[in-house]
Amino acid sequence: MATNMPADMVTSLVLILLLPLAGFAIQMFFGTRLPRKGDWLSTGLIGISLVLGIVMFIRTLGVFDAGYARQVHWPWIDIGGFRVGMGILFDNLTAVMLMVVGIVSFLVHLFSIGYLHGDVRYSRYFGYLGIFSFSMLGLVLCDNLLALYVFWELVGLSSYLLIGHWFEKKSASDAAKKAFLTTRIGDVGMFIGIMILYAKLGTFRFDEIFAAVADGEIGGSLLTWAGVGLFCGAIGKSAQFPLHVWLPDAMEGPTPVSALIHAATMVAAGVYMVGRLFLLFTPEALLVIAYIGLITAVMAASIAIVQTDIKKALAYSTISQLGYMITALGVGGYTAGLFHLMTHAFFKALLFLGSGSVIHAVHSQEMPDMGGLRKKMPVTFWTFLVATLAISGVPGLSGFFSKDMILGASLAFGMEHSSHLIIFLLLLVTAGVTAFYMFRVVFLTFLGRPRDEERYAHAHESPAVMTIPLTVLAVLAVGSAWGGWFQALVVKPELGQYRTAAVAPAVPGGEHGEAHAGEHHEAVHDETTIPDALHADPEGHETHVAGGDHADHGAAHRAHQIAMITSILAAGLGILLAWLFYGRRLFSAETVRRRLAAVHLLLSKKYYFDEIYAVGVVGTTLWVSRAARAFDTHVVDGAVNGTAWRARGFSWFIGLFDNTVIDGMVNGVAGTVTAWGRQFRRIQTGKIQNYLLGLVAVALILAFVRLVRGF
Amino acid sequence: MSDEIRLGVFLGFGMITLVSGAVVALARTIIYSVFALLFTFFGVAGLYVLLHADFLAATQVMIYVGGILVLLLFGVMLTHKIATVQLRSASMQRGPAALICGGLLALLLYVIFKTPWPVKELGPATPTVQRIGRYLMTDYLLAFEVISVLLFAVLVGAALMARRETNR
Amino acid sequence: MIPLQGYLVIAAVLFVLGLFCVMTRRNAVTILMGIELILNSANVNFIAFARYCAPDIQGHVFAIFVIIMAAAEAAIALAIVLNLYKRINSIDVDEVDMMRG
Repeated sequence: MATNMPADMVTSLVLILLLPLAGFAIQMFFGTRLPRKGDWLSTGLIGISLVLGIVMFIRTLGVFDAGYARQVHWPWIDIGGFRVGMGILFDNLTAVMLMVVGIVSFLVHLFSIGYLHGDVRYSRYFGYLGIFSFSMLGLVLCDNLLALYVFWELVGLSSYLLIGHWFEKKSASDAAKKAFLTTRIGDVGMFIGIMILYAKLGTFRFDEIFAAVADGEIGGSLLTWAGVGLFCGAIGKSAQFPLHVWLPDAMEGPTPVSALIHAATMVAAGVYMVGRLFLLFTPEALLVIAYIGLITAVMAASIAIVQTDIKKALAYSTISQLGYMITALGVGGYTAGLFHLMTHAFFKALLFLGSGSVIHAVHSQEMPDMGGLRKKMPVTFWTFLVATLAISGVPGLSGFFSKDMILGASLAFGMEHSSHLIIFLLLLVTAGVTAFYMFRVVFLTFLGRPRDEERYAHAHESPAVMTIPLTVLAVLAVGSAWGGWFQALVVKPELGQYRTAAVAPAVPGGEHGEAHAGEHHEAVHDETTIPDALHADPEGHETHVAGGDHADHGAAHRAHQIAMITSILAAGLGILLAWLFYGRRLFSAETVRRRLAAVHLLLSKKYYFDEIYAVGVVGTTLWVSRAARAFDTHVVDGAVNGTAWRARGFSWFIGLFDNTVIDGMVNGVAGTVTAWGRQFRRIQTGKIQNYLLGLVAVALILAFVRLVRGF
Repeated sequence: MSDEIRLGVFLGFGMITLVSGAVVALARTIIYSVFALLFTFFGVAGLYVLLHADFLAATQVMIYVGGILVLLLFGVMLTHKIATVQLRSASMQRGPAALICGGLLALLLYVIFKTPWPVKELGPATPTVQRIGRYLMTDYLLAFEVISVLLFAVLVGAALMARRETNR
Repeated sequence: MIPLQGYLVIAAVLFVLGLFCVMTRRNAVTILMGIELILNSANVNFIAFARYCAPDIQGHVFAIFVIIMAAAEAAIALAIVLNLYKRINSIDVDEVDMMRG
């Protein structure tokens, strides 16, 4: 794919990217001197960026072609044989992401004007928001892995800066460091993945890599490892098991930041990356992805049940939903995963901003301090309720469509490979649990009687600058999924379209995506490098091959129907339970907690992940360093000391000889020299610059003499 | 790039280099000198770019600005009681030095304008990195290795010297 | 077209400035800065000749060596300066006369 992007498109895309960066630069240098500390400037710039993004989005809607893609590519670094380009890739997925990032970022800017009113580092905060928006937009616009990695690290940096915005609080600065270091671990894996691809293929460009994969230039276990390595980056950034520990702590940052970075956009970057590079992942890599996502979804949902901090509960909910998306991509539900990414961005940002509004009103994050806020904060309550209904998967709202697609995709996958049916079952349970804990939050926060009268008395509805973003997001949470435009535009890419015509696929291991791999399955079966995991059930495999495309379609449809019905049931059950526990108080949560004390402790300690890491990683590191030190003091130093001791004995002999014979001669010479030196020391000033002056003067004189005399 | 623009850029970089160089040599406050040195290095890097030495320009910025200048700043910061003592740099023998330096400059200018330089036909700009790398690994391999040993010795020596002496 | 002489003049002036700095300053760090100026002027000459006169770019290789030397020199010299400061609490080169006979 060569450069095929119209010039005006390049201009507007570059503008979209650079406007927030300009905001960052201005805020950093002049922020405090601007009127109102420049919040209007940052907000305005991201607003222009958003408008351009929407224009671009409408343009793609006008084309309405699933294969729409425009690319522009410039040479960037050219050192010897090392050539790297930089470019923009704009397709439907990019258009959607641009719009999502733009909308959420703009609304969060707006919300922050109210939320951070009078903050100590107000202008710097907006500057950081600017650089975050810049890096996130760059992440979705770039067309090669190197740029992706650069922007990937940049969003990590801005996340670090924003989590640590109130760095006077030790917990905040610790959380910032933890987030940065934990995601770095995943990024190392991602870097290894990128380097495997570069070492093998010599390019960073997505299209060239896909073409190479399609042509079978890379395949088998190497490609699997590259895919797993890249996915490690997503594990870190999207807070997947086992690197999820940073995200709950990241809630130390200002709440709008949690909404923007740790709910809607940055954490979704991992999902976006897996989607963007979907063609790279072999079936084995996809299986790893599916199960990592599944573990994350189930684990985080179970932890969310017992959280009392409203933001922590939402954080675990985010982790769980990200696990959902990752699982969807892993089972081949490309559209489903990215669809959920978009809908989740809207309703989760709304949930976080709503919780921010609540926190702003009661000055506490603990749900036991709240209750009954519905009357005091009607707008916040209703918007929060809309988002909760959406995340629970109530029919008609955006979350229902996307969650339903994910369940359908996982059931289809499970029907194809019945040993993996557990993915569907666990996701279904998680859907119910999600509905339960989200309604628990609603009941505890907004309904019932106020538990802290004093806080309740002071609570008030937030200003318009905060409620308007809530309302806009509520509209999007309801309606963004209607019309089926997303399913029509973002469809699973086919590897075949990248195949260069002349070359037949040499290694079928390069094929993937369960749905269309059918005709190559026989060959895949012979590949010894591929483990049996995927083909554990030969029967399912046979039916798939026999059934062909038609039956596949019918099965998918059936799976979809089953998934829809069961998901509605699960959501209803979860909501009902939440109502019985926290609304009607028919059952007492307290009793259940006492009955299941061990489980409750396990959940409230978050499965002891932090403790395990403290002992396992930190402890091991300490132990290794101590062992290394012991080795150093005893073995290495012992050897050195032994050598030194022998050398000393030998030197003693030498010294004796030296003192009598050699010194005698030297002293004689020295005496003579001293006598002369006494005379010469008069011209030695000891100032080196005097000498230098003399030196240059003499050189100059000699040169002039040569010029004049000409010899 | 047209010749006029090229000349303008050249004059610009030349002025940056010389003016800031003069500040380095003449300023009374050390911090001024250090920061003027920064601009001198950048100016020289600009001249390198005009001379189609892309790699050298990058190296200049990275090593001089990134390394040596930071070292110098550390030198200034660590060896002055910033709060109490004024960061002044006294001078000596300015008169004779100015005389000698002026003479030297005159001599150099005379040589520069009198010598018939064997200027060749100028080729187009080509990336230099690969060729430099080839030279370093073939014709100048010995020098390359020797200078790597030198750098190693410097590393050890500097660490040894700057170390706080504990027990003697 | 910029003549070769343009670059040579800049280098010459830079060299003289550096020399003046080295000759007149008492502060050791400032003297180091003067030396850096001198080395830079030499480098400008190398590169200019490599562009205008030499058949290939060997001059660049020399310039790289000069930069490495400058880095090494700066590191060592500053280590010395730090030591000096620790001992006599000054980096005025005038006051360093322990080796004076």
